[in-house]
Amino acid sequence: MALSTQSTTGHGQAAAPRRTDRGVIGAAAIVVFGTAGYFVFPDNLALLTHIISTMLLVLAIDLVTGYCGVATLGHAALFGAGAYGAGIAAAHFGITEPLTMTLVGVICGSIAGLISGIVVLRAHGLAQLVLSIAVIHLFQEAANKASAWTGGSDGLSGIMPDAVFGRFEFDLFGQTAYVYGVALLLVTFVLLRILVRSPFGMLARGVKEDPVRLAAMGASVQSVMIRMYIISGAVAGLGGALSAISTQVVGLDSLSFTLSAETLVMLVLGGTGSLYGAMVGTVVFMFFEDTVSAANPFHWLTIVGALLIAVVLFAPKGLYGTAAAFFERRSRAGKGRDGA
Amino acid sequence: MQTVLSIAVDALAYGMVLFIISIGLSVTMGLMRVINLAHGAFAMIGGYFASYAARDLGLGYGVGVLAAIVGTVIIAIPVERFLYRRIYGQPELTQVLMTIGITFCVIGIANFAFGPTLKTIPLPQMLQGSVDLGFRTIATHRLFSIVCGLVVAGALWFLIERTAFGTRLRATVDNAAMAASLGVRTQVVYAVSFAVAIGLAALGGVLGAELLPVEPYYALRYMVTFLVVVSVGGAGSIPGALIACLLLGAIDTTGRYFAPEYGEFFFYLAVIVIVTLFPRGLAGRFR
Repeated sequence: MALSTQSTTGHGQAAAPRRTDRGVIGAAAIVVFGTAGYFVFPDNLALLTHIISTMLLVLAIDLVTGYCGVATLGHAALFGAGAYGAGIAAAHFGITEPLTMTLVGVICGSIAGLISGIVVLRAHGLAQLVLSIAVIHLFQEAANKASAWTGGSDGLSGIMPDAVFGRFEFDLFGQTAYVYGVALLLVTFVLLRILVRSPFGMLARGVKEDPVRLAAMGASVQSVMIRMYIISGAVAGLGGALSAISTQVVGLDSLSFTLSAETLVMLVLGGTGSLYGAMVGTVVFMFFEDTVSAANPFHWLTIVGALLIAVVLFAPKGLYGTAAAFFERRSRAGKGRDGA
Repeated sequence: MQTVLSIAVDALAYGMVLFIISIGLSVTMGLMRVINLAHGAFAMIGGYFASYAARDLGLGYGVGVLAAIVGTVIIAIPVERFLYRRIYGQPELTQVLMTIGITFCVIGIANFAFGPTLKTIPLPQMLQGSVDLGFRTIATHRLFSIVCGLVVAGALWFLIERTAFGTRLRATVDNAAMAASLGVRTQVVYAVSFAVAIGLAALGGVLGAELLPVEPYYALRYMVTFLVVVSVGGAGSIPGALIACLLLGAIDTTGRYFAPEYGEFFFYLAVIVIVTLFPRGLAGRFR
């Protein structure tokens, strides 16, 4: 929110070159942190890849929740569709080329996005929330029932991706999967960065701020939201495909309500309505989870609960949003002093 | 015919338990416009209190039920005062997050205090065994739940439609600002109805313990079910909630009888159909 007002109305044309700089900084940060992760945690690359695939899901939720203002507790359906799509393509149809598998995941995610968008966007408020919950349960029950295709509750196994470009094998330590993940994340970030600042991205923000006015201006609110849902489905499906390729199994938990709720928590922890917020929230949450839940999973739950309450009460903009607002204020105060 | 009646009886028992727990949620949502995902957590706390009083202290079922209601309401009052009051009138996302946070905390604490095992609430002699209805036998406590559900529905109807407090409550639901300017102390109405809602949740948690077993993940597992009931019935409406409970109970029970391998597929399919057709619930007042 703070970011949206700041970059849309705050500076106008004068800020245009600086905004581009920020995008470059973000892309550079992904490369730097990606490289650092590779060398600092060489034994934990599987966890890092898992974080990247979850991050893609959180970015997808951010697109509909942060930019369009749709409250959803069922977004894992899109992620799971991508994961099962890529997994089934590999296990049943012999499509083991990783880039093709990823593409299949993206397409399946988009289709799931279209379906759940059509359902969820029928209502508002409480009814919308309930519809999103019903969608995720429906997807999960369907996947459980279609066990011939999905392996049911045993999970889908037998996914053996080929080497990337025929050269880089998926090794035991997950090095290839990790590098592949970072590359996907980088590409996605750049594309989303362009998307959210395009006229369409502005339209989506307008839908969140005041749908009635947008409709009066001649924009079709429903079509904007459906399109955003499809794009969001593509991003979530990408995350699902990455998770299927890197772990080589797909379980029913990738279609669970719990995953939907947890990723929403990550988004809010980082800050909605900003790509950085989504990524920061995911990293903080999952590192924290990995450390604490190793000690005791139930203490972890208590801490997440307390954390959520604290964020809602004291930092409603999330970690990134609060920090950004803080630095924005400081720099403005500094400029004021220079001018005087 | 035999099967239909059997399903009807089971559905009725399940629906009534759902009703006792969800009606409180429906009232608070209709009244305070808060999406309270922590409602199931309070029902669970009730179950734990009753189990502790009746099983571990050996005080008997009646005392257990009383302890559950009183204890849960005492816990709920500071939670309402310090956490819920801050999210009245906030966007849905904020309310969802805050109440999910409370639910997670309750789950963690319950597990820490009572362990991850199922807690039973021993039934008194009177409610054990079964009753012959002519076409089938039914466990006595299920009959008891049905009767309790009907009593609760009747008492609430009387409270809301026939008493002075009910008039103030309805006025506040319809237009809080106008009611306040006419001299209704809306803060008191809020507090009392929140306490009643939580008390009913605790009662439902105890009565339904045989159908919805008490364990730490109770709060998360049934959260969605209660929310669905309110959404289908329409927040703030007693007849709506009753119809929704019976309808959803019937769908769920029928699904389990005829297609158990599909799990809750038909339940959620029905929910999507109903919510899409009636976005404000079967009898909603929620805007």
